[in-house]
Amino acid sequence: MAFGTGASSTRGGSPGFRFTLYAVLSILIMFLDQRGEYLEQIRYGLSIAAYPIELAVSSPSAAWRWIQESAATRDALRVENTRLINRNRELELRSMRYEALSRENDQLRGLQEALPPVAERWLVAEIVDIQLNNLRQRILVNRGTRNGVFKGQALLDDKGLLGQTTHVGPWSAEVILITDPEHAVPVQIERTGLRTIAVGTGDTASLALPYLPANADVKTGDVLMTSGLGGVFPAGYPVGRVVEVHRDAVQPLAQVRAEPFANLNVDREVMLIWFREGHPAAPVTATTTAGDAKSGNPRMQPQSTPAPKPKAVAPGTAETPPGGQSGAAPPSPGDAATIAPPAKTTPAKSKPAPPAPKEEEEGPPSEEDIPAKPEPKATAPRSPQ
Amino acid sequence: MNGEARGAMLLTALIALILTVLPLPTYLAIVRPAFLVLTVLYWSIASPRAGGIALGFFSGLMLDVFQSPLLGEHALALSIVTYIAVREHQKIRSKPAFQQSLIVFAALVAYESILFAIDGWSHHPVNNPLRWTHTVSGAIFWAPVAAVLNATNDRRR
Repeated sequence: MAFGTGASSTRGGSPGFRFTLYAVLSILIMFLDQRGEYLEQIRYGLSIAAYPIELAVSSPSAAWRWIQESAATRDALRVENTRLINRNRELELRSMRYEALSRENDQLRGLQEALPPVAERWLVAEIVDIQLNNLRQRILVNRGTRNGVFKGQALLDDKGLLGQTTHVGPWSAEVILITDPEHAVPVQIERTGLRTIAVGTGDTASLALPYLPANADVKTGDVLMTSGLGGVFPAGYPVGRVVEVHRDAVQPLAQVRAEPFANLNVDREVMLIWFREGHPAAPVTATTTAGDAKSGNPRMQPQSTPAPKPKAVAPGTAETPPGGQSGAAPPSPGDAATIAPPAKTTPAKSKPAPPAPKEEEEGPPSEEDIPAKPEPKATAPRSPQ
Repeated sequence: MNGEARGAMLLTALIALILTVLPLPTYLAIVRPAFLVLTVLYWSIASPRAGGIALGFFSGLMLDVFQSPLLGEHALALSIVTYIAVREHQKIRSKPAFQQSLIVFAALVAYESILFAIDGWSHHPVNNPLRWTHTVSGAIFWAPVAAVLNATNDRRR
């Protein structure tokens, strides 16, 4: 040790001194970053420095794609075009039907005017960099604060939910995918209205539903939708499909695996969405997202903290305000079915009458109230009502 | 001479960073060595005065920006590894290539262990065993990486 130190000590003190300096500095950075907020500016600055490198790194594959696209033959393009036209026609028909249904639904619920769609604005973003491995599932997209992107914004592709932004730079944003092991999304089973949390597994083709009791009404083929709780994702967007339900006699919880709809590993373009605040299908805790974003810590947001035990989810969601708006959501944990998410907030705000039939429905499916327990999100703000 | 050494060092570190974050198919990404760590180790051993612990720290910070949920963890791990390498550079330099690979392997294991511990403490645990594969491939890649970096070094001399 002695001769090593002597040989390399130059200006700026001995290596031991400088090492201590840098070690303390990095521990300080870690500490501040863990606590949130303080380092957002530094991250922002560093992401500016990193962006050219990320662009450079993605350029080979971008160039390859460009070559492929420009070398596509006329015939291939014509085939593609025909396919797209057909698809467009099909989607238009489907959306007409959807509009009719939504109008009917609104009438049934006694709302006079049809509601505007929950998504206010869309922005297509291109994926610049991908980190897909079993450790982290992150992507980098080429839109940032300059395009109005904010932290905790939902991303979709044409099939379903993709993820949310975690760090936003001026021209780029880092996105955590729903399959990241650190990500959890509040979902609702379309068939039964059962609410639970889908946690990422680190595999692009699978999500886990670890908080469902063994007697929960879930079966293969069930479609998962976002439930709108948690303040990031609006309600009613498709997330995935249950592909495997494993019930073990000795296990209190069922082991359920779902497959995300979004093509997480083949997408090139994704959509960032802005939803209307105050819309019934908008995220329930929309009022708190601003506060969360300011705190700057993705781990403090309800979605990003898949706790190992159901109980431990509570601290992450504790910041759900006891405000009246969100307080209206929980009373129907069970069978609210698909119309539930939009109905959640409006009755409380404007019309006190509609909730009444809902309360009645709450009686029979009492065994379905159990699932609400591992998901404190749904039960926490019950107090005000 | 020193400025030139620094230029070569920063250039190779930048290339190594690009190689580290270059998107690869999963099966290649698993065996990809941590090029930037190898490069930092090389410069700490070959010319400890040019970069030293500062190189380790800032390289680690760049790694943090690209692939860490927590700023500072790679910076700390790489600072520690660089410090040891700088302190022992004369001993390591005099070893034959095979023993150097073993030393590099130990350094990479130490580096990954620090990251593993910090991940655990900061509640981002990653228990996947695949996170350790790069230590082996790093030891295997050490000889070629050192040879390439030696070439840049020799041309300068």
